[in-house]
Amino acid sequence: MIRSFSKFSFLIIGALIFAYPFLWMLAGSVKPELEINELGLWSSNISLHSYEQVLTKIPIARAFLNSMIVSLSTTVSVVLFGSMVGYALAKLRFFGSKLLYVLILFTMMIPFQITLIPQYILMVKLGLTDTYASLIAPTMMSAFSIVVFRQFFMSLPQALIDAARIDGCSEPGILFRLIWPLSRPVIVTVAILTFMASWNDVLWPLMVVRERTLMTMPQLVTIFVIGGEAESQLGMQLAAATLLALPVVIAYAFFQRYFIEGMAYTGIKG
Amino acid sequence: MSQKANFLKAIRQSERHGYWFVLPYVIFFLLFVAYPLVFSFILIFHRWNIVTPMEWIGLKNFQRLFSDPQFFKAMGNTFVFLFIHIPLQIVVALSFAVLLNSKIKLRGFFRAVYFLPVVVSGVVVTILWQNLYSYDYGVLNSILHSVGFSKVPWLIDPGFAMPSIAIMATWKNVGIYIVLFLVGLQNIPKEIYESANLDGANRYNQFVKITLPMLNPTMVLIVALSTIGGFSLFIEPYVLTGGGPMQSTMSGMLYIYNQAFYFGHMGYAATLGFVFALAILLVVLLQRKVIEAEPT
Repeated sequence: MIRSFSKFSFLIIGALIFAYPFLWMLAGSVKPELEINELGLWSSNISLHSYEQVLTKIPIARAFLNSMIVSLSTTVSVVLFGSMVGYALAKLRFFGSKLLYVLILFTMMIPFQITLIPQYILMVKLGLTDTYASLIAPTMMSAFSIVVFRQFFMSLPQALIDAARIDGCSEPGILFRLIWPLSRPVIVTVAILTFMASWNDVLWPLMVVRERTLMTMPQLVTIFVIGGEAESQLGMQLAAATLLALPVVIAYAFFQRYFIEGMAYTGIKG
Repeated sequence: MSQKANFLKAIRQSERHGYWFVLPYVIFFLLFVAYPLVFSFILIFHRWNIVTPMEWIGLKNFQRLFSDPQFFKAMGNTFVFLFIHIPLQIVVALSFAVLLNSKIKLRGFFRAVYFLPVVVSGVVVTILWQNLYSYDYGVLNSILHSVGFSKVPWLIDPGFAMPSIAIMATWKNVGIYIVLFLVGLQNIPKEIYESANLDGANRYNQFVKITLPMLNPTMVLIVALSTIGGFSLFIEPYVLTGGGPMQSTMSGMLYIYNQAFYFGHMGYAATLGFVFALAILLVVLLQRKVIEAEPT
């Protein structure tokens, strides 16, 4: 009894340590400037003043739109092409498929430090800097998603696919009309992990985008916080941070299981 | 018989569509994986600022790197980070995982809360901790002060800054590792503990003799993932300290970024990227050897 009580209090303290900073951020974003640094979360002078200021000072609504466009395009592309290649590797026989799979596994082992600068130079050479294309292109497909899809498709019975072929179903038809509906959990997992990684990425946008109206949300908030524009106004910083965190936290609230199990699976596979 | 042969033929023909399915990826691979890899090999032998023509300088980038105190500083900082981050992360993650690996109320709730910082942008986490770590007004120093300790110069003292970032990174990532340890713990067969109980082994002995050795593969994975993460440290020092004070938080990635985008030294930045990538592969391999060789 005492044992499980102390266990429980330990877990509660842990939960506080992980949750309190976020609650403090949320509270700070609606508190008057002078009260933000207090430990308590309550204030009698709640207002949306900091949010109004952020919205007028930096193009954060536009940045939100940019991030949505970039992250959603990346996600759709990764799922579409990832499942296509995964299907080909799992269920189609063609010359070179083994080699391709080895190359994909090799891709996953390359530290990104080595390809980062050349990828940036490629964008410059193609004249793509300061475009959505430069933000989307290098993450349009991922070796990881291919491996995950391949793994799942291998477990589908071959008879199912052969039957569809005999019925005259085309290969794209088999993938998109037969296999996709059977693969919803894998698709959701890959989509969520891709969206999250794309939404949170800030290094690549900092490299290829200088135009303020094209910046992604984490990039704009970063520039805002370190560039002195926030004029050390904490309320505005916290409001901007809250807006940046919100979409992923909302998605997390709905798809928590996919986030956690997906990340664990990725870790174990990678 | 001939009908069956027709079916087989149809199937074989269908399978040739594989090329169409993989073609987009092959193009992507050539452009964004193969070309950058090859180009990085060219770049490391050149001096180039992207604007003027490339200039062949042989091994000068490497000569410069091995006499560049900032490179050694960045490498050293990375190891300072790893020496604090990895043990801290393993201890914290394993403790929570062991506690959660039992029939306890609100288990799913706790797991969800611990995982929250993992899904949130590093920028958000860094803004939060910048304020928690603030010397005069920060929450951490207020708490320390109110219980009678002196304030800690978290981000302003060169000796404290990197450890502070390592603590912050642990807070952000430990959720993943809790989940990985949980998976590892659940994969240990219950029978082993039962027979150990019969043999009269106490809980501590069971933990050291059974749980830890059985978690060895998880350990290898966690150490590798945190190492790769440590070498990729960028946004935290970029926002929090700009690499200071006195270069104490200059990470490898931040140094590469500065060389490329502040000084326009593309060749040197590529060389740094190349050497850091090799270092990652080497360290991860080495760690693996050491952990797997651990007597169990």
